[in-house]
Amino acid sequence: MPPDGYRVLKMSMQLNYQDVRKGDEVTPLVKEPTPRQLVMWAGAVGDYMPIHYDQEYARKRGLKGIIVHGQLAGAFLGQLMTDWVGKEGALSKLSCSYKGMNYPGEKITLRGKVLRKYVRGGEHFVECAVWAENPKGEKTASGTATVVLPSGDDDKGKGRKRR
Amino acid sequence: MAETLSGIEKLKAKVGVRWQPREYPIEGEMIRRFARAVGDPNPLWKDGTIAPPTFTLAVGFEQFVEDLMKLTPFNTVLMGSTEIESYQPMKPGDVITVVFKISNLRERKGQMGQMAFMSFESTYKNQEQTLVAKCRQMVIGY
Repeated sequence: MPPDGYRVLKMSMQLNYQDVRKGDEVTPLVKEPTPRQLVMWAGAVGDYMPIHYDQEYARKRGLKGIIVHGQLAGAFLGQLMTDWVGKEGALSKLSCSYKGMNYPGEKITLRGKVLRKYVRGGEHFVECAVWAENPKGEKTASGTATVVLPSGDDDKGKGRKRR
Repeated sequence: MAETLSGIEKLKAKVGVRWQPREYPIEGEMIRRFARAVGDPNPLWKDGTIAPPTFTLAVGFEQFVEDLMKLTPFNTVLMGSTEIESYQPMKPGDVITVVFKISNLRERKGQMGQMAFMSFESTYKNQEQTLVAKCRQMVIGY
């Protein structure tokens, strides 16, 4: 048996299926997108809707000002999960609904909580509720994420193989 | 405000019809640019070795929205929801074939006048014809 310190170190490096319990919190991620980041996102995915860069246009369309792309909030939720699962884990499914607006310059806190865990086809899955919160604590996006993790039991092999 | 969105009939005629497949060669810089835009320092995609699952959103969506706008010239398109299923990571050198399909379209009168709620699906196959990802999204056009 390796000493306890070794196990703590190993856990901090890689999350394993056997270490996860229902109700566990996913390590939160905080983002504070700037207008510049919205422009970078627009370029990276090719979404040039003016409501994401033109203040006057956004106001004419009934908004308080330019808004963060819904899909960018979705990508933040993706990062929340890929950060959490580490390099031996994988995010296999992410679904989210955009319920409210996020504005640049405001903090977005990405959170998650373990709903259930199960083994299917030899793979170890963990399903989590995930959401984005604005500074008022309102959920501006929410959904679920399913990840695959290494079992943590050396006999049962690693997580999803990357091809 | 008009009773119906101009050109909406053209879009309605597309419901259930598969879009022409389009090919996208994936380059490392596309992945790195995506990771920088998200502000995601994960070494797996920061160096462009493989793409994160959400990179799916950067493949073909721009052309699809352009097509939508040609049929129905919305002023604004907002995202309603996103669902991504990732079966294996995309990586540099892959040639991804994307096929879009509008699965549902309904019109509703909202605060900003007539609004269209569109659900669509997209599939992503690599050069070996392996399905690497699927996406379902809902957008609101007005």
